[in-house]
Amino acid sequence: MHDDSTRSLPFPALRRRGFLAATGLGALTLTGCGGGSGSDSDDGAGDGSPKKGGRLRAAFAGGGASETLDPHLANLFADVARAKALFDKLADYGADLSAQPRLAAKWESNKTLDRWRVTLREATFHDGSPVTAQDVLYSYRRIADPKQAFRAKASLEPIDLDASRATGERVIEFVLKRPTAEFPNVLAAFGAYIVPENATGFDKEPVGSGPFRFVSFAPGRSAVFRRYDDYWEGAPHLDEIEFVVANEESARVNALLGGQVEYAHELNPTTARAHEDQGRIEIVRLRGSAMQAFCMKTDRPPFDDERVRQAFFLIADRRELVDGALSGAGEVGNDLFGKGYEYYADGLPQREQDLGKARALLKQAGAEGLKVTLDTSAVAAGFTEAAGIFRDQAKKAGVTVEVRMGSKDSYWSDILDNGSLCCYRSGAMPIEAHISQRLLTDSTTNATKWRHKDFDALYQQAQSTRDKTERAAVYERMQRRLYGEGGFLIWGFADWIIGTARGVKGVDAEAPANTLDWARFDTVWLA
Amino acid sequence: MSGLRSFVARRLLLGALQTVAVVLLVFALTEALPGDAAVALAGDQPDPARIAAIREAMELDRPAWERLADWAAGLLHGDLGTSLVSGRPVSRYLADGFGPTLLLAVLTVALLVPAGFGLGVLAARHAGRPVDRLISSVTLAVYAVPEFALGVLLVTVFALRLGWLPPTAVGYGADLLAHPAALVLPVLVLLSRPVCSLVRLVRAGMIDALASPYVAQARRYGVSGARVRYTHALPNALAPAAQQLARTVDWLLCGVVVVEALYVIPGLGTVLLGAVAERDVPVVQGLAVVFGVLTVVLNLGADLIAHRLAPRAGVAA
Repeated sequence: MHDDSTRSLPFPALRRRGFLAATGLGALTLTGCGGGSGSDSDDGAGDGSPKKGGRLRAAFAGGGASETLDPHLANLFADVARAKALFDKLADYGADLSAQPRLAAKWESNKTLDRWRVTLREATFHDGSPVTAQDVLYSYRRIADPKQAFRAKASLEPIDLDASRATGERVIEFVLKRPTAEFPNVLAAFGAYIVPENATGFDKEPVGSGPFRFVSFAPGRSAVFRRYDDYWEGAPHLDEIEFVVANEESARVNALLGGQVEYAHELNPTTARAHEDQGRIEIVRLRGSAMQAFCMKTDRPPFDDERVRQAFFLIADRRELVDGALSGAGEVGNDLFGKGYEYYADGLPQREQDLGKARALLKQAGAEGLKVTLDTSAVAAGFTEAAGIFRDQAKKAGVTVEVRMGSKDSYWSDILDNGSLCCYRSGAMPIEAHISQRLLTDSTTNATKWRHKDFDALYQQAQSTRDKTERAAVYERMQRRLYGEGGFLIWGFADWIIGTARGVKGVDAEAPANTLDWARFDTVWLA
Repeated sequence: MSGLRSFVARRLLLGALQTVAVVLLVFALTEALPGDAAVALAGDQPDPARIAAIREAMELDRPAWERLADWAAGLLHGDLGTSLVSGRPVSRYLADGFGPTLLLAVLTVALLVPAGFGLGVLAARHAGRPVDRLISSVTLAVYAVPEFALGVLLVTVFALRLGWLPPTAVGYGADLLAHPAALVLPVLVLLSRPVCSLVRLVRAGMIDALASPYVAQARRYGVSGARVRYTHALPNALAPAAQQLARTVDWLLCGVVVVEALYVIPGLGTVLLGAVAERDVPVVQGLAVVFGVLTVVLNLGADLIAHRLAPRAGVAA
């Protein structure tokens, strides 16, 4: 029903952040803006020749005592970072969210795009056995098991796994339920890792084909992995990688400053500004990692009138939202998902605040003196701030916005069908996936209730178009429509901020969170 | 003595009832929270079909009372159940979290008792004089500082500026004893407020006792000053302090969330926080049982000690 590939990077980890922030500890509150000079991008690829050896300790917010190494259960950033160290997917996302071959050496489709032959590269699991077509089929069938609720199951939905088969030791023929031009996105889907055939338990000695092999694991505390010398892409530079869990941002920063870890994931903009170019630690900003939006439900008043939606587009002062809610750590949005990603319609003019025009549109729509409730929650950084700022902006256009705080733990489920306006965010995923998950009639998380048969048809047309340029043109048409009257008021894209010790080299500064080079440690070394 | 025994028996029975009440209340409150484990797990992908599948896999589609009854039946056999989220036994969650919590509590109490009583007696002996004023004002000031603020301050000064101590215990896991330096700051933070309240209680109790007629009587009999203080006055001053101490131990053992989060110590507080956020009801219930039993036992112990120290106070059951 929907060819969604990656699932957005989950943010439940952020739930925990709220806690101490409430007591004031995390209260290095978001203020002002630094704009933030680019990160040390030359630090990434070209900083001398890599050195072998050493152990790197990386601190992530984690899932506590319930953590698991089962890659198909990966849910949090920490889970994914561990999973990608131990396992591989057939494909993964490049910095522009296009699918890049990984365990798959190549893929080719038939004319109608509903049969794909995927050829695996020569790779071995940590026990020395080769990665075969059978392993791939086993892994995908495990994910798709109807009795389970693995996150990647919906992504693999286009595949008819009963009809798909191995046509050689390293060749799989995937039979799809319908034409899927973006099938490689499915291979790169969130959590679609390849495990050895018949593997079930993953907490004791998990075996994967990834760059690191298992050493030890204590849920909620630490996981130690050692270099896998026979990794197909070449052995990692590091001897060992240790993932440690520290849920408080301040604890991650302190551990980094105190030399207890060399890599700290997910830092606050204020922390980044305090330490950027101070010489103690390096700050890496991953651009375009988290889309920030207000979500208008297009099936109910007042947003069932497109003029009201257009008025809201014009009410938002995006710069002020980025500076205020994201502490300046991000860039403004243009009501379209995926700035900088493949197929992004960057030819459309940047939308600016225009209160006069907004008032006129509201008047035309008969919505003067409009009152609307904006749902928000402390579920993600900057949500409540964004809601407050937008309330003040709307006031200038004569719209009364009442901000309503919701529960953190059930926020996403609550806003899916309830209310009319809410704060929204999304991790990086291909634009095609954003559309299929959220903007089709049968999308499972269609929070804007955007349901248009002609729009669905355009999506099917794109998926049935072999030629990439033609496909890009279809995506552009869809994006123009969303830009003109869609339900997502996308005002910004937040940076994802990472801190590293000074000697850490090879950390990619381009890859948005949730792509191949994000949280990737086989290419990192200690100088 | 049989009076005491029946008192203990009554208190234990009452304690068991209290624990049951706590568990029921916690269960009801957790059920009343918006969303359940399936919703929490689905996070920002609240695909209704997936939530339904998770709910079914977790057996959350069964009525609440049935789940509670199953869990309670297991409890009678000493089985605390399994986590909804990970499928691991709840007892393992408790065992893993209890080590670090117990270690911190033992260290804190080991320092708290001598420091609290010593300073309290010292202040009482010099009541109204500069030593007393100094102790009283410092303890009042420190008591006014919340743990998280003190924790951040100590990390900034001693770990980040001076570099004397590690800022957190990240990565040390349960093996905290092997890294004693990492324990200094958390124990100091844990100690800060209890020591102040204990000092003030002991001081007040001592001053009261020293001014009481029986102490004056003892003095008239020519009993030496030290003996009056330590064998006559102090036990009476300790009775309220013992109960305060029991509350402190209870607080320490039930997981001190702020300190654990700040210093990355994977104790019971961290387990509780995670379990509530995940709506992992069996784990929350398991913790409620443990916390309930601890509270009952510690308070009973404190009452018995208070009874021993000052039998005249009687024991109110």
